[in-house]
Amino acid sequence: MNNFWIHPALILILGALLLPLVPAALKKAYLLLVPILVFLRVYTMAHGTFGEVSFLNWTLVFGRVDALSNVFGYIMSLMCILGTLYGLHVKDDAQHIASWIYVSGSIGCIYAGDFITLFLFWELMAFSSVFLIWFRGRRESLGAGYRYLLVHIFGGLALLAGMVWHCNTQGSWAFDASFCKLAVHHATPATYLILIGFILNAAVPPLHAWLPDAYGEATFNGSVFMCAFTTKTAVYALCRGFAGTEILVPLGVIMALYGVVYAVLENDSRRLLAYHIISQVGYMVAGVGLGTEMAINGACAHAFAHILYKGLLFMGCGAVLHMTGQSKFTELGGLWKKMPWTFLFTLIGGLSISAFPLFSGFVSKSMIVTAGFEEHKLWVGYLLLLASAGTFLHTGLKVPYFIWFGKNKPKKETWDRAAEPPWNMNVAMAVAAFLCIFIGCYYPYLYKMLPYQEAAAEFAKTVYSPYHISETLQILLFTGLGFFLLLKKLVPEPTISLDMDWFYRKGGRAFLWFAKYPVQSVDNFIGELYRYAGLIPLMLTAKVSALFDNYVIDGAVDGFASSFRGIGRRLRFVQRGQMQQNLAFAFAVAAAIIVAFLLFSRISKASVPARLSLPGAPVSQSALPTAGLTSDAVTTR
Amino acid sequence: MNLVKLIEFFRGRLKTVVRLCFVVLAVLVLLDAIPAIVDKEHAHTSIEHWPGFWAVFGFVACVLVIIISKWFGHAGIMVREDYYEDGSAPLASTPKGHHE
Repeated sequence: MNNFWIHPALILILGALLLPLVPAALKKAYLLLVPILVFLRVYTMAHGTFGEVSFLNWTLVFGRVDALSNVFGYIMSLMCILGTLYGLHVKDDAQHIASWIYVSGSIGCIYAGDFITLFLFWELMAFSSVFLIWFRGRRESLGAGYRYLLVHIFGGLALLAGMVWHCNTQGSWAFDASFCKLAVHHATPATYLILIGFILNAAVPPLHAWLPDAYGEATFNGSVFMCAFTTKTAVYALCRGFAGTEILVPLGVIMALYGVVYAVLENDSRRLLAYHIISQVGYMVAGVGLGTEMAINGACAHAFAHILYKGLLFMGCGAVLHMTGQSKFTELGGLWKKMPWTFLFTLIGGLSISAFPLFSGFVSKSMIVTAGFEEHKLWVGYLLLLASAGTFLHTGLKVPYFIWFGKNKPKKETWDRAAEPPWNMNVAMAVAAFLCIFIGCYYPYLYKMLPYQEAAAEFAKTVYSPYHISETLQILLFTGLGFFLLLKKLVPEPTISLDMDWFYRKGGRAFLWFAKYPVQSVDNFIGELYRYAGLIPLMLTAKVSALFDNYVIDGAVDGFASSFRGIGRRLRFVQRGQMQQNLAFAFAVAAAIIVAFLLFSRISKASVPARLSLPGAPVSQSALPTAGLTSDAVTTR
Repeated sequence: MNLVKLIEFFRGRLKTVVRLCFVVLAVLVLLDAIPAIVDKEHAHTSIEHWPGFWAVFGFVACVLVIIISKWFGHAGIMVREDYYEDGSAPLASTPKGHHE
């Protein structure tokens, strides 16, 4: 059975690599077929551990399929279909390839059963998604892409360092590289490093500034992909490894409020949505921190619903950007006459994120809030409800109002360009909008997928109770009242807001200045010092030795010269600067190093079994990740 | 296009729509006060038993979010759009009421 297990990410990677070979006439069908195949593969996958590969002396687990990984795998592959459909008319193969490889990185992380596999796919995500920013082709996108990459390399390094440390303290790399719940109550520095790697991808302040920076700058459909995968894969990793980590509760609540505050200030619609990702992921992070069955269910359900409505919102604002070339509120307004359907779909996304009854956010967000109240952390519940008022204020009211209504008149060329987007974008938005309402109305569809079924069934009894509906409607509608009363204060201003990226954007400049002036002058000074203290005496010595050389050495050397010329001819082959030959040479050296490494690891392997008998050290490889979730639940409580 | 006509219909009767919204808000608070309809058995804290508590909460939350955020933004966080473009730009807040 193991031999026939096909990894869904593999289908997507192969599909991406074959894309340039597909004839143009079949391209659209192919673009839809591959994500649908991936979705069907995820949908039909049985629980268990598959795809175990021995690599050196580790066992890589590519397919740990259980309830937790399946709910995330399901929504990721579903979003891949919607995202591809949305960008179906994009002619550039490279964009589709980048987004598919990005998605496959995310799916690979979700099904990874050990840290090495997780890390490989984790990096694949960062390195493929950066192209979705660069393909926008603006000068700003280049810089934003590099910043995105640098931040993620930092996060990846923290993760890698944590993993190496963690696996070493566990005894040996070979025996516990499995990715299960970490001992959060006895956290070591290694655990914290892994946590930093995860929360950087989840955009937890102060490690969050990459998100609005990148998502505001990506292509119109690149952002649709990006808004779904990176942060929610991190939420999955946190659910898996850090359920019940106390510190995540305050961090999540801070995130939820932080995103709301910055969304008030933001003038760019897509950056506003990006700040609301931070806010919404804050709910999930807080849920993971609470760590109860209901809270973890809530984090998963909210991630599921969030991917759909946030994708829909980015599709709506992306459609405006695609058609008008503008995404700033100060450049838009009154578009309802030109793009009414886009307005309707975006409004549905806005109502879903605000958790209106009958929309998807209502049945998912409340699970986390209730879990907070039930844990007697009242401040968590109240502050998250405060943040949800802010969510409706911006995404439900500010975005639709200032793009499609408002007093602002766009420039004539913006107005003339505005029209409904191509059919495929409309269909993608319509399907996402349908799913948002479908989940809100028929919640068992979502609840049946959640990892803790009993807690989900328990919550399902009260989700549509009159009190819950009354509470939510009062908060939201009175927020609406506040919005229209304070509308004048909310008129967008053509500004940008300083955030944590200031430190590396201005900090980088300070570093350059430092390199240019103080370091350069020190360098000059040392150069001068060399000239006087070193070079001049050296020249004198050289002159003396030249005399000696001419008369004494030459005679002796002439005899050697002919034999050296022979060696030189052979060495020239290596440094002739021809690419292929250099590469072949490099590969040969690498192969030699690997052989040496294998020999070394065989030696160390012989000495390892002695450690196996250590009490408390995990022993068997095969028993590692299968029972991951159920045993986690026990340790959490 | 029908959707445009629908929006035009509502925009043409803006005053009625606004009045209707106020009625909805009032009805919402009234219903919240009737225990037979809104059973507060599942309330988390005692303060929630006050009729209209969440209405006040929502309104105050909205006003607080707007005022605190705007104050924070104008305290130096909101800067010119080309702030990052030239190296010598000083850290200065935008003048209020400046719109293009």
